Amino acid sequence: MKRFAALIDRLIYTRSRNSKLALIVDYLRHTPDPDRGWAIAALTESLDFPAVKAGTVRTLLATRVDEELFRLSRHFVGDTAETAALLWPEQEKPLPFRGGVGGGVSKAGATPLDPTPTPPLKGRGLTVSEAVDALSSATRSDAPAIVASLLDRLDADGRYALLKLALGGMRVGVSARLAKQAFAQAFDVPVDDVEELWHAIPPPYAPLFAWGEGRAERPDLADVAFFRPFMLAHPLEEESVDLADYAAEWKWDGIRVQIVHGGGETRIYSRGGEEISGAFPELVAAFDQDAVIDGELLVRGEVQGGEAASFNALQQRLGRKVVSKKMLADYPAFVRVYDLLAVDGNDLRGLPWTERRRQLEAFAPRLAGSHFDLSQVIDAKNFDDLAERRAGARDAAIEGVMLKRRDAPYVAGRRAGLWYKWKRDPLTADCVMMYAQRGNGRRASFYSDYTFGCWSEAGELLPVGKAYSGFTDEELKWLDKFVRDNTLNRFGPVREVEKSLVLEVAFDSIHSSKRHKSGLAMRFPRISRIRRDKPAEEADRIAALQAMVT
Amino acid sequence: MAKAKSWIEPHASGIYVKPADLWIDPSRPVERAAVTHGHADHARSGHGSVFATPETLAIMALRYGVDVEASHNQAYEYGDGFERGGVRFSFHPAGHVLGSAQILMEYAGERIVVTGDYKRRADPTCAPFEVVPCDIFVTEATFGLPVFRHPPTADEIAKLIGAVRAEPDRSVLVGAYALGKAQRVIAELRGAGWDAPIYIHGALEKMCQLYAVHGVDLGELRLVSETDKAEMAGQIVLAPPSALNDRWSRRLPDPVTAMASGWMRVRQRARQRMVELPLVISDHADWDELTTTISEVNPKESWITHGSEDGLLRWCELHQRKARALHLVGRDLEEEA
Repeated sequence: MKRFAALIDRLIYTRSRNSKLALIVDYLRHTPDPDRGWAIAALTESLDFPAVKAGTVRTLLATRVDEELFRLSRHFVGDTAETAALLWPEQEKPLPFRGGVGGGVSKAGATPLDPTPTPPLKGRGLTVSEAVDALSSATRSDAPAIVASLLDRLDADGRYALLKLALGGMRVGVSARLAKQAFAQAFDVPVDDVEELWHAIPPPYAPLFAWGEGRAERPDLADVAFFRPFMLAHPLEEESVDLADYAAEWKWDGIRVQIVHGGGETRIYSRGGEEISGAFPELVAAFDQDAVIDGELLVRGEVQGGEAASFNALQQRLGRKVVSKKMLADYPAFVRVYDLLAVDGNDLRGLPWTERRRQLEAFAPRLAGSHFDLSQVIDAKNFDDLAERRAGARDAAIEGVMLKRRDAPYVAGRRAGLWYKWKRDPLTADCVMMYAQRGNGRRASFYSDYTFGCWSEAGELLPVGKAYSGFTDEELKWLDKFVRDNTLNRFGPVREVEKSLVLEVAFDSIHSSKRHKSGLAMRFPRISRIRRDKPAEEADRIAALQAMVT
Repeated sequence: MAKAKSWIEPHASGIYVKPADLWIDPSRPVERAAVTHGHADHARSGHGSVFATPETLAIMALRYGVDVEASHNQAYEYGDGFERGGVRFSFHPAGHVLGSAQILMEYAGERIVVTGDYKRRADPTCAPFEVVPCDIFVTEATFGLPVFRHPPTADEIAKLIGAVRAEPDRSVLVGAYALGKAQRVIAELRGAGWDAPIYIHGALEKMCQLYAVHGVDLGELRLVSETDKAEMAGQIVLAPPSALNDRWSRRLPDPVTAMASGWMRVRQRARQRMVELPLVISDHADWDELTTTISEVNPKESWITHGSEDGLLRWCELHQRKARALHLVGRDLEEEA
């Protein structure tokens, strides 16, 4: 538990992705089974202990700590698990004050009051797997006693780790993707293999570690609904491509998903390999074919006459654990299918796109039309014709065009020359910088995150977005200096600046949003140009942005 | 016995001792001030006369140009004091920073102690806290919540040294308050066997020299401004917290940002400050030290000020000790805790 607690602590304070990766790699290499497997499952939020909830911890704490002191502490700390970890009374901590009391004039008798060093046996006994076993076996009624006995065996950092393990909400910035990369790096195995195996094997992943360390064969995945790593695209940089070599499809603005049916169950995976089946029960229920499809998950919007709605609508459905009936009715999800990776026990990934597409078209009638349709190939005569259609595409859910090499197999990751994405030209607006915040890591000393706004009818500047990319290092230096030289106010890490600098902001689309005072939210905003030449009064009006809303 | 309330008045701007016409740690200029220690929220410029320990006076001379030689300013060693208006004042070690003192006042058979800031653990840079029995104990409460339990200092110093050794291409930049914390971290590092030069921000230089003059050996210190970037790889650099993420830090080789403060106990606080290596090292008493001290001093009444008064007040209530909260203004604890 000590190693795990130390890992969590380091991850909390480490902001760079590579450093996080290095920490996990080191942990996986040097921690025995099954602790490392449980630990990685906890980091990626793959564990759940139904009998242990935040309420359990609060109830438990009330038996050991004064309620008022807990309330004051919780208010200060802001997080129940951390408050409990810090507050938990240590077992038998003698206060080592000795010696007499100064008489008010004598210097004798003053003895430093240092805490006794933590006894070494403490916490050493408790392993992550013991904690997991104890928490799994807990019932509603004995959960408080079980958690208490575990907390008694740990120091403050250990208690924090245990409570986060038990309650979830780790928030250390470790995605499933990062964990898999760490595994691949730790044991020098292909990340694509790890991606496939990961979801097929439950925590603590013992067969996976055995394979990684060369102690066992690659686990057999027959009859399991496992994840296949996605094939991804490079941005199109060539002037043009020959449509005899490349097929064109619309690129839909939803989320890329893979639906897998195997071993009697259906699972939906997001691009990073996270399972999101729980958020889309209607799709799980509607997919019962022995197949694996790759497609775009979209929400049907009324405004589009039953066509795909904008990404904004889809966002209502993301990240939910429980989906209400109203959600299902208001934001009905469907999948527009791009590719067929396996069918009836046959892996199609080695076949060229043309052949997979033929099989997909043959397979499509087996899917429920209510929840699935086929992404259409754009029947363009030549590249210029395609460019024209792309420019003319007005559908809110179209993000651009995909170009797929007709003779390419389905391979994991981004491979040169096989798939291209050719996004629609971004929209732009001239906005005024309002606030700036320092960045992270390499940019910790630079004001690199900018909030910008446009003018309301009343002549007030209202924030419309925030961007922290799009500029060169040279431009960043200039922007940083501008912020420092034109600061009006400081609010913690944020500076309010003189409303004088116009930034041309590029964004993929813009939507209505109740969250912002301007009523607008941009998708993928970035700084495209610094308009030192333009007076702030001539920046865009909110109304101009409203006209771009999809 | 006199009733304390008849001769001592807590005001928002400090504690006024009526018979002596003298203020303790006033936050605005007054005719006569007794000062517990040199931190800016206790020691201000512009007083007519200052009564303090020699070290505190020296610190005030450095920071505010207070004239140490002037006869209207008086220095008193620990245990010594003076009498004014029938009140006997004396200074006793508080263990907070160099020269920090508790001020004991005796008047008409009543004893009142004002702690200023204090801690109870060992600190190689100052004299340890002394328990002074009294009727009214005016205690600070910066960390007056039971979530604040500072770990052993040696563990935190080991963490710092471990971090430097783990990444020899980077420097570790420790944010530490310029008076007290910086010198203590340096002295603790020396005690742990860190013999390499320690690199400091210019704002720390004079205070470190002052400590050395008062017999606190800090080993070899070098100014960052006079050092090549490459030399500081694998080394420890100290700066005031305000310099941590500022342009100044760009002159260091890919620094790991550390911060030495009791607030670092709370992860969210550390994250807000963009700290990568939080070091829980404080010059203020933690919860156990505060409550133990009240038990040991065992006053008739505790007056609680500076920080989480509510938490300590609640503890006193639970332990059937008479207590009240004072609400003094102008206390800025974030930086130096």
